[in-house]
Amino acid sequence: MTALMPTRPRAPRAAFASMVLNEARLAWRQPAGIIAGAGIALLLLIIFGEIPVFRQPSGSLGGYSTFDVYIPILMGFSIAIIAFLYLPGPLVSYRELGILRRLSTTPVPAYWVLAAQIVVQACLMAVTLALIVTVSIVFFGISAPRNPGAMVLAIALCMAALFAIGLAIAALARTAAAARGLMAAALYPLMFFSGLYYPVQLMPAVIQDISDYTPLYAAVQAIGAAWVGQFPATRSLLVLVGYALVFGFLAKRFFRWE
Amino acid sequence: MPTPDTLGSEPGTSTAPGSRAAAASTPAVEISHLRKTYGPLVAVDDVSFSVTEGEIFGILGPNGAGKTTTVECAVGLRSPDSGTIRLMGIDPQADRAQIHEITGVQLQSGAFPGKLRVGEIIDMYRSFYRHPADAGELAGALGLADKRHSYYRSLSGGQQQRLSVVLALIGAPKVAVLDEMTTGLDPQARRAAWELVEHVRDRGTTVLLVTHFMEEAERLCDRVALIDSGRIVALDTPAGLATRAMGGKTVRFLPSAPFDESLLTRLPEVTAIEHDGHHIVVTGTGELATAVIVAMYKAGVEARDVRIDASTLEDAFVRLTGRHLHEAEEGAPS
Repeated sequence: MTALMPTRPRAPRAAFASMVLNEARLAWRQPAGIIAGAGIALLLLIIFGEIPVFRQPSGSLGGYSTFDVYIPILMGFSIAIIAFLYLPGPLVSYRELGILRRLSTTPVPAYWVLAAQIVVQACLMAVTLALIVTVSIVFFGISAPRNPGAMVLAIALCMAALFAIGLAIAALARTAAAARGLMAAALYPLMFFSGLYYPVQLMPAVIQDISDYTPLYAAVQAIGAAWVGQFPATRSLLVLVGYALVFGFLAKRFFRWE
Repeated sequence: MPTPDTLGSEPGTSTAPGSRAAAASTPAVEISHLRKTYGPLVAVDDVSFSVTEGEIFGILGPNGAGKTTTVECAVGLRSPDSGTIRLMGIDPQADRAQIHEITGVQLQSGAFPGKLRVGEIIDMYRSFYRHPADAGELAGALGLADKRHSYYRSLSGGQQQRLSVVLALIGAPKVAVLDEMTTGLDPQARRAAWELVEHVRDRGTTVLLVTHFMEEAERLCDRVALIDSGRIVALDTPAGLATRAMGGKTVRFLPSAPFDESLLTRLPEVTAIEHDGHHIVVTGTGELATAVIVAMYKAGVEARDVRIDASTLEDAFVRLTGRHLHEAEEGAPS
């Protein structure tokens, strides 16, 4: 280690590990986000799976059942809930509490705490999504995703787009309460346009057109396509990349570390 | 540009008392002509001082005087408008990474997530440094040894403050900056914190102490800079400041018989004599009381009802800024 020591001192690698550990402890001790993200999505999945009519293939849904349609919606929903519940609020409150400021007096860059949060949340999302997929396959006889590579890509882009939106909220909100308000204002319309309340395919054409350009529905389409073995539509992927870039830029431009 | 005249009277050029000043080669902290404005507000205006390695240097002044801005510039948290800053020879703006490795900073405000335990917070901050201090020893010295398993939110305000001091010192810094370190501490905890600061200094850490507690500055600081409205109004040892501001000590007594006052005005220690009813009030410096009483004794006059007053840093503060320090405790932190 000493032989490779850079000329400028950098924080030890163990520092990042200990930050991730403390973020994980906080997530574990304040499980509201885990329950909301993973718990509700799983609960809805099981309820929908137990409703016989939801298992009937439907012509208006392109030959898929309501349950089939809801699996990618619930996956997108759980990503959105975790990204929005765990990213903007804590980050803004870290700024309010002076934690970011204190960190910037140590050898550790303040953005490491953000990176540590993203690591913890990405792990939470991965576990949640794996549970949704496993339960669908094992308990409800759905076939396994046919294009896993494309699905991982779609999920990664969905995380990037939603994290970027969450970070932009953290950048714009002055207080943790304001962050929660903005988060709710963003989340509910996104859930509506993703078809969580009613399948998008059955909604008026204008709503469907709008939905195509919302990040959550784009993610739902991309995940759904990958599941049945197609490569996601270019438009869906571009929409996700666009949200990630635009909101990522806004977040970087307006984020205040103190 | 400073004129040669202002350079000569620059407070920063005065050195620490004792042998420590002579032993050190580069100053631990060197600030010259620091200026920082926030819009139209001049927070710090031409502040210069240098701190010797191993010194405890106090920065004293009312809120809004520019104390906090000065130390925040010193550790690289803010960039000065003009002036130069060197910590152990390093420019904080040019090499922040190096500065953060050798400094430990305790800021006035700051909290942690309520659901982290004290030990978890300390261990995390300890992991940030290559050569950290002993966590158990520091926590013990500040009375937090039995709190390592407590959630942060269960700590009292004083315990949170002590944790903040632990974290400032956990990296075994060469320069520690403590901003209102003992605010909110009870007298016992305050004394423990003072002992810790002295202990840390004895191990070679230079301490920049921002405070408005007179007792703290008098007890701890080798030298004190009095700051008011962004400028250093005086810089000296606590005793030197007190002497300078009040014209020194006073001895008040009742003479047993009339005497020739020139007996006293001749003494080198005496600067002034006043009458207060039948009492005589002698102002002066050095071993004033001994000199006065001996001179009176030699003249066959007894000095009765003797009262000796040494002026304090508090007097110096009032004299130099026109304000009481406890007024400064109220209101928003600077």
